[in-house]
Amino acid sequence: MKLLPFIICLGFSLAACEREKRDFRTAPVSEESQEKTALVSLSPGSSPPEQEVSGKARSFEGNAYHLSQGKRLYAWFNCNGCHANGGGDSGPPLMDDRWIYGSSLENIVQTIREGRPNGMPSFRGKLPDDQIWELAVYVRSMSGLEPKAAAPSRNDDMHPLPSENRMPPSSPVPGGSASPSATAPQ
Amino acid sequence: MRLRIVSIASLVPLAGCKGWQSALDTHGPGATSLEKLFWIFLFILTVVWILTMLGLLVALRARRDAATDPLAVDATRERTMTRTVATLVGLTAVTVLALTGFSYAYQKRLFDRTENVLTIKVTGHQWWWQVDYEDEQPNRTFTTANEIHIPVGEPVRLKLEASDVIHSFWVPSLMGKMDNIPGRQNVIELQADREGVYRGQCAEFCGWQHAHMAMLIVAKPKAEFENWKNQQIASASPPSDDAQKRGEQVFFTSPCVMCHSVRGTSAGGRVGPDLTHVGSRLTLAAGTLQNTRGNLAAWIVDPQRIKPGTNMPLMQINPQDLDLLVSYLEGLK
Ligand code: HEC
Ligand code: HEC
Ligand SMILES: [Cu+2]
Repeated sequence: MKLLPFIICLGFSLAACEREKRDFRTAPVSEESQEKTALVSLSPGSSPPEQEVSGKARSFEGNAYHLSQGKRLYAWFNCNGCHANGGGDSGPPLMDDRWIYGSSLENIVQTIREGRPNGMPSFRGKLPDDQIWELAVYVRSMSGLEPKAAAPSRNDDMHPLPSENRMPPSSPVPGGSASPSATAPQ
Repeated sequence: MRLRIVSIASLVPLAGCKGWQSALDTHGPGATSLEKLFWIFLFILTVVWILTMLGLLVALRARRDAATDPLAVDATRERTMTRTVATLVGLTAVTVLALTGFSYAYQKRLFDRTENVLTIKVTGHQWWWQVDYEDEQPNRTFTTANEIHIPVGEPVRLKLEASDVIHSFWVPSLMGKMDNIPGRQNVIELQADREGVYRGQCAEFCGWQHAHMAMLIVAKPKAEFENWKNQQIASASPPSDDAQKRGEQVFFTSPCVMCHSVRGTSAGGRVGPDLTHVGSRLTLAAGTLQNTRGNLAAWIVDPQRIKPGTNMPLMQINPQDLDLLVSYLEGLK
């Protein structure tokens, strides 16, 4: 009888195995998963826009290893040169709840892979696919869209903003939302 | 039979006492004073050990007379016992104090600071060393990797930093060990008294490829060192033949430029080692491979097989392009 709660607790600890799971040999640069995402929530007819995703997101969402790796790549590949530490500079802020091109992981992956017309460069063929996913999942954690238990915690240097695991969650935006320039009176 | 195997096996580690990476084959003041300290400790502690063992043996051998009453008190015997114990306690205190004194005297040298010396910043990354030579004139500073050239017989100041996790910089033949800690800078001096190539290794577990994170120290006469320095300060030599020219094209259209710098060109990545003079280095990938054409090609084709987990990704490069790329990189002397 006394053993039962103990075994149950031990069982819970298995959940932690998922938190750091990773592949030790990733696909080379130039191989990529197929994602078909929608950038607007509008579509002809009554059904929502058609989307088709590869399901690769599952192994990245809520994974502490990929998230912290993404944080490192964010500085390595100079994302902070345009987006600062998430607050935005010449590129839009990434820590807020406005998403020009959608907040789902696939949408962000496509943003990084393909680039976006108003100045976001394309990283296709420059980074291995897994690194793009890592960057994307880290971008999500900047606005609190990733679980607290997995998001990166403190920085080694000065903190320009609360750490990612303390960001208030922004409301998820399906598809895309209109960019500020699009909503302004023409 | 078994004894013979054991005794032979126990001699094998002695091979570690000589060579380019040994704390017992020293060629610099820091390491030499540590080596002396080692021998002093070894001597004193061996004497202490032998005396203790002798005492134990005597105690085991001593036979007590069965007839005497164990509770009887013999005043003279008591007195000698008290004296003996007091003397031994005194001797222990003196030994401990002496050892502490020696440690202080010899280790103090490791923290000597000389003014106006060559200063080099060494940054530990997972899993390689970035080496920045400082100079008063900004146009005479330069960056290289995994290989530190120094003038022989002169102290050189190292500023140790880290970008990700704690690493530790240790060249056993030349210096004491010092950690590279993210967010702070540690300073240590190093000097080689004899020309030669010394090997050092990261001495703080830092992840998967910790074992493949070595560096070389090349000590040479001042004049040769200055030549080397001038050659390193120069920008990359432009490609000389057709293969190298086409190799340069491949380099600039591949992901390489995301991570590597070649000074004098538009490649300015800061994630991996500076490749401006990669052709002039002795090893590749932090002492993992000899720098040969074959190894260079093998590394570019599949770094993840040679150093699994390293931060250089797998890229698909077709064989012709690889050949050109290697020609280009080899030419970066
Ligand atoms: C040269 C500057 C520049 C760099 C470098 C850059 N970005 Fe951007 N980024 C932009 C601009 C400008 C936009 C807005 C594009 C638009 O509105 O069409 C943008 C948009 C984005 C968006 C979409 C935001 C939204 O609201 O939908 C994401 C996500 C993003 N960038 C992530 C990254 C990541 C990750 C990196 C690093 C790998 C990066 N960016 C590097 C300039 C840059
Ligand atoms: C994502 C970043 C990245 C990309 C892209 C990349 N490298 Fe590297 N490279 C590294 C890192 C990090 C190291 C250090 C690896 C180590 O020693 O653990 C390295 C090491 C090297 C070395 C050994 C240098 C030395 O002195 O030890 C060579 C040569 C090299 N890369 C060539 C290339 C070439 C050629 C390409 C393009 C085909 C390339 N790299 C693409 C990150 C990268
Ligand atoms: Cu290490």
